[in-house]
Amino acid sequence: MSVLVLVEHSQGVFKKKSLEAIQYAANIAKSMGTSVTAVATGNVGDNEMQALGQYGAQKVLHTTDARLDNFNSRAYTRVMLAAAQKEGAKVIVGLHDTVGKAVSPRIAARLKAGLVAGAVSYPDLSKGFVVKKNVFSGKAFAYVNITSDVKVITLMPNTFAVVKGEGSATVEKLEVTFEDKDFSIQVTGVSKASGSVPLSEAELVVSGGRGMKGPENWFVLEALAKELGAALACSRPVADSHWRPHNEHVGQTGGTIRPNLYIAVGISGAIQHLAGVNGSKTIVVINKDPEAPFFSAADYGVLGDAMEVVPRLTEAVKKFKG
Amino acid sequence: MKILVCICQVPDTTTKIVFTDNNTHFNKQGVTYIINPYDEWNALVRALELKEAGIATAVHFITVGKADAEPVIRKALALGGDEAVRIDIECSDTYLIAAQIAEYAKTVGYDLVLCGKESIDYNNGSVGAMVAELLDMNYLAFAEKIDIAGTTATVVREIEGGEETDTCSLPLVISCQKGVAEARIPNMRGIMAARTKPLKVVPPAAIEALSAIVSYELPPAKTGVKMVSADNMDELVSLLHREAKVI
Repeated sequence: MSVLVLVEHSQGVFKKKSLEAIQYAANIAKSMGTSVTAVATGNVGDNEMQALGQYGAQKVLHTTDARLDNFNSRAYTRVMLAAAQKEGAKVIVGLHDTVGKAVSPRIAARLKAGLVAGAVSYPDLSKGFVVKKNVFSGKAFAYVNITSDVKVITLMPNTFAVVKGEGSATVEKLEVTFEDKDFSIQVTGVSKASGSVPLSEAELVVSGGRGMKGPENWFVLEALAKELGAALACSRPVADSHWRPHNEHVGQTGGTIRPNLYIAVGISGAIQHLAGVNGSKTIVVINKDPEAPFFSAADYGVLGDAMEVVPRLTEAVKKFKG
Repeated sequence: MKILVCICQVPDTTTKIVFTDNNTHFNKQGVTYIINPYDEWNALVRALELKEAGIATAVHFITVGKADAEPVIRKALALGGDEAVRIDIECSDTYLIAAQIAEYAKTVGYDLVLCGKESIDYNNGSVGAMVAELLDMNYLAFAEKIDIAGTTATVVREIEGGEETDTCSLPLVISCQKGVAEARIPNMRGIMAARTKPLKVVPPAAIEALSAIVSYELPPAKTGVKMVSADNMDELVSLLHREAKVI
C-alpha cells in the first residue's frame, strides 16, 4: 500500500510543481498511515531523486526507456500501472497540467478508480475521501467524494507552498513491459518559447485587456513582466482580435490560473474573465474607468491610464529590487 | 472514415452560479444551456469541415444526459452532422460518462473521436483520455490544428510552454481547443434539416459511478479593494511586498 506520484523534471531538475505534488502526496500518506513512492522517467541523477526525500518521498521508482523522453499518455499510463501494481497503490497523485490531464484519467479508467481532477485541498478522510475542486471555471468549488477502492487525484499547481524538509529517498529501477503501440505517435516538431515562464505555473502574472488599445502598446506590459519575472496573459477580446496568442487567454473559455499575484491592466472584469483568475492570491487592477467591475474583485486598485501607470510601476519594481 | 464528436451541455458563460438545498445542488432554474464551447467551436466544427472536404464519411454526435440535454444536441444537428445519440442517464461522474461513450463507440467503430479540452462547468477535462484508454487508442490532448490525410492524423497541440506537432495513425482520440476551427451559426436550412435527422436515445450500459459531488461552495468575497494613487507606485510595490507578501 502506498501513495504514488508521477514527477516531472526539466533537463534533470525536478519541477517545483512536482515537489508540491510530492509534499501533497506525503500529507495524504501520513493521514492514511502509509508512504509515498515517486515515479520518475528519463535522464535524471540519483542525487536529484534521493533529494525528493526532503519533500516526503520514501522511494523513487525510476524507468529510463529513451522512448519515454517524448511524453505520450499511453506509454506513461503503462509506467504508472506497473508502479501501482508493484507498490499496491491506493492513491495516485498527478498534477493538473498538460501531462497529468492526459495520463491520470487513463490510469483511473484502467483501474476503475474515481478521479478528482484539479484538486485544491487535501482529502477529508472523516467523511469518506472528500476532495475540494474548482467548478464552473473558478466561479465555485465542489466537494467530491471518491467511492472506489483506488483513488486518483490531479492537484492544481500552486495550491500549497512548498516547504523543504529533511530526508532521503531510496531509488529503485522500475521495469515496464511496453508494446509497440505504446509508442505509435511520432513527434515531428516542437517549438518552445524560450526563457518565458509557462502561464499555468507562473507565480506572478501581468495581464492586459481591451483597455490597452492595441498590440503595439503591449511593450509596457512586457517590460513590467520582465522586471517582475512574470508571465503574460490577456483577456478574451484581446486573443479574439489576435493582439495576443490564444495560449495567453485566461478566463472561463481560456485557461484557469491561480498565481500569487495577478496584475490586470485595462481589463473591465467580465464574469467570464473573473472566473478564470479569481483563484489568484492577490489581484491588482489598473484601469482608468472607476466603474470597472474588476475593482470590486481586486485587493489593490489603481485608477489611471495604463500607458502612464504601468511604466511607473515597472520603475518602482526596479527600484525595489535594487 | 467515421467521426464521433462528444458533446455536453453547460450553463451559458454569463450564468450566475447559485446553489440550493443547503449547497448540495446547482440551481438550474432560469439557466440557459449551451453546447460546451470547446466541443462546439472546435471539435464539432472541425468534424464538419472534414466531412465537407470529403475526408470523413459520417459525423455522429454523442451526449450523456437525460431528455433536458436534447435541445443542445438538436442545435448540434442544425450545424451539420448525420446523426446524434443520447445515452439516457444523468451525467455525473467522469468515469461513468466516458465508459458510456466508449461502450457505444465500440458498437459502431469510429476512426476518430473528438471532444473539447474540458467542459466549462465541471472542468475535469478527463473524458477524452478515459475514452482513449477504454477503447485502447492513442490520445492527443489540447489540439490547436488537426489535419487528416488517408489514415494519418497530423496534430499541432499545446504542450507546456510551447507547441508540438505529432503524426499518428487512426484510430485516435483528440481533445480540441482554440485554433482548431472557427465558430459557426446554424442557418434556417440547417435548423429545418435537424428536425428530421435521427436522434437515437440509447439506454445506459450497467456502469457504476466512482465519485459523487457531496456539496458546493462559493469562493469567499473579497473584503474590499485598497486604492493606491497612480502617482505612488512605490507604495503599491511596498504593499505587495509587506502586506500581500507576493513579491
